[in-house]
Amino acid sequence: MPYKIVERRMIVPNLHEFTVEAPAVAESIKPGNFVIVRPDDHGERIPLSVADWDRSAGTVTSIFMQVGGSTAKLARLKPGDTIPTYVGPLGKETVIGRFGAVLCLGGCYGIGSIYPVARALKEAGNTVYSILEARSSFLLYWEDKFHKVSDRVFAITRDGTKGRKGHIGQIPELLQSAGIVPDLTIVNGCTFQMMRMSQITRPLGWKTIVNMNPIMIDGTGMCGVCRLSVAGKMKFACVDGPDFDGHEIDWEEFLARRKSYNPEEVDPLRHSSCRSHF
Amino acid sequence: MSEEKPEKKKLDPKRRSMPKQTPWERVKNFEEVALGYPVETAVEEASRCLQCKKPLCNQGCPVGIDIPGFIKCIVEGDFGAGVKKIKETNALPAICGRVCPQEEQCEKMCVVGKKGESLSIGRLERFVADWEASQGKIEVPDMASKTGKKVAIVGAGPAGITVANDLVILGHDVTVFEALHECGGVLMYGIPEFRLPKRIVNREVEYVKSLGVKIYTDFVVGKTRTVDQLLKEFDAIFVGSGAGLPWFMEIPGENLNGVFSANEYLTRVNLMKGFRFPEYDTPVKRPSRVAVVGGGNVAMDSARTAIRLGADEVHLVYRRSRTELPARIEEVENAEEEGVIFDLLTLPVRLVGDERGWIKEMECLRMELGEPDSSGRRKPIAVEGSNFIVPFDAAVIAIGNSPNPLIPMTTPGLEISKKGGIVTSAETGQTSRPDIWAGGDIVRGAATVISAMGDGRIAAASIHKYLMNRG
Repeated sequence: MPYKIVERRMIVPNLHEFTVEAPAVAESIKPGNFVIVRPDDHGERIPLSVADWDRSAGTVTSIFMQVGGSTAKLARLKPGDTIPTYVGPLGKETVIGRFGAVLCLGGCYGIGSIYPVARALKEAGNTVYSILEARSSFLLYWEDKFHKVSDRVFAITRDGTKGRKGHIGQIPELLQSAGIVPDLTIVNGCTFQMMRMSQITRPLGWKTIVNMNPIMIDGTGMCGVCRLSVAGKMKFACVDGPDFDGHEIDWEEFLARRKSYNPEEVDPLRHSSCRSHF
Repeated sequence: MSEEKPEKKKLDPKRRSMPKQTPWERVKNFEEVALGYPVETAVEEASRCLQCKKPLCNQGCPVGIDIPGFIKCIVEGDFGAGVKKIKETNALPAICGRVCPQEEQCEKMCVVGKKGESLSIGRLERFVADWEASQGKIEVPDMASKTGKKVAIVGAGPAGITVANDLVILGHDVTVFEALHECGGVLMYGIPEFRLPKRIVNREVEYVKSLGVKIYTDFVVGKTRTVDQLLKEFDAIFVGSGAGLPWFMEIPGENLNGVFSANEYLTRVNLMKGFRFPEYDTPVKRPSRVAVVGGGNVAMDSARTAIRLGADEVHLVYRRSRTELPARIEEVENAEEEGVIFDLLTLPVRLVGDERGWIKEMECLRMELGEPDSSGRRKPIAVEGSNFIVPFDAAVIAIGNSPNPLIPMTTPGLEISKKGGIVTSAETGQTSRPDIWAGGDIVRGAATVISAMGDGRIAAASIHKYLMNRG
């Protein structure tokens, strides 16, 4: 059954907002879930974190970054086009409870996927502090949406064009000066950001939940490619996660596994073949 | 004394061989290895059947095909009648003819086999199914009038397709929900093209659809909708959600890059057509020295796939001896012919990686066989100090899998076994909840296609009885 694209636009350079008509998915999706998408009949199955939805319209929105061949295909889609596979919701949802003060950190596509987490936490009565991190202000998005669901929104940019100048290493100091001690920290973003934040919060004793993003194929607990080591045990992100305690993850192993298909998928797009002229 | 006794049929002890691609041809392609009987050979082979008054072969068939009945049709040259006979009890003859372990089932019971070589029942089943397909016109069985009862089936694998087939013929309204983007389950993602061409799976699925079965792909029951949500709309549910997470050996290094579960390796190649990368987007590694750990059909499939992907050396690493290999002997022989090296009585104890996190070698122990264990097979015992290291740039772990966790995780009140499977009654396939049935790998863990189909047959009969009794 083909799924209709409602919207696909580059929201900031290289990041795309991607809305698909998928009523069955929209009806049951929750914060922290992901979907599996196949861009065309020869396409591979790739997981996308979910960033928003409209149950009455039957649509689901993700933010994705164009990295390899499959996301390049997605990035070429126009509203009205269809894709052959859009399946979900997959994975366990993020646990939403009454934790007190919750820090939601988003970077890259994760600014999108942590938004519904922040919204649900706010609705559940928590004090929500959202931190959006990017290299520069022109890479930030959805700040208006975050203001509506957060008690405070902070921005951190590498070049200081918005909010605090620097990187996530500055977060403890930033929060300290604002007089905030989080009861729970949740991070959605690139692997480096989630790893780094877990390293930063460990000595502070801040419980840190990360939304893992390994390579997947079926996404339904069959193929085993999304395995990772959590507290020394083999876990599968598609059915045991994707949320895990960031302090328990073997990050070095995870990073190596995530890059394992770069030679096939990413590197060819970065090669210009210019050398062949000489 | 002129009374003539009817001449007793002379036993023809030699089974007719089936043409195959030569090993040196087939290692370079993914085309089907076994080519099927030509018409004359099929009739000759069928004529070897003794047409026993009390046949034993039927009893060896998990779905109870009338074997002498369909063989007789072949002898008489009425192949259409033969396939119709099979389809009375088996919706998927072209598949079963190819992947059933007949040597352990019908052919094991065959009376001809007591004195000579048993009849090639599987090859003949395949023959009539392929003959029908080549005629371009598929016979549809007689259908019962509509009952108005609605049945949902979880998973379009061998168990689910069998239930769908049986129940739609009995007049029920059947809807199948499939998690993947293609139907067939393990027939699609697990069994390679060279053993079961995917066009044949598609053909059989289309046949079941032509009977009026509705199939929704990309629909994960337990996630998109729960079983309980479906039960608001359907009168009964059959769960055939199949295999789940792969087992690993729990030795160091199994998360290194270049270490694959057989499920992943085969899914990349079969379902996602990775062997045609970059025409298809899903990549699959093409390493030069591959270790496949395990001794079942999935291990053979993985090893033979690695050969076809161009590996220089493929080793099948198995802790017992050749006699104990659980794979079909035919597949073991195919693998040997294709150059798979069998490292028997060998147990991996550690996978060693390079500085970038890729596997570079495997440390193993030599084993010897001791007394028979609970499985009746001689127990492998490690030879102390026999450790040795072999270089490999990939390892495929094919030692089995647990049942899929999604339905057990999301269906309250369903009794689950220690191994994670759904508990069912052997006679009915019914679970601890009266309106839910289950069968295949979700109950058994990793089993065979035909046992899943057998479960489906039993469950379908029980579901039918339940629905009709409810009025």
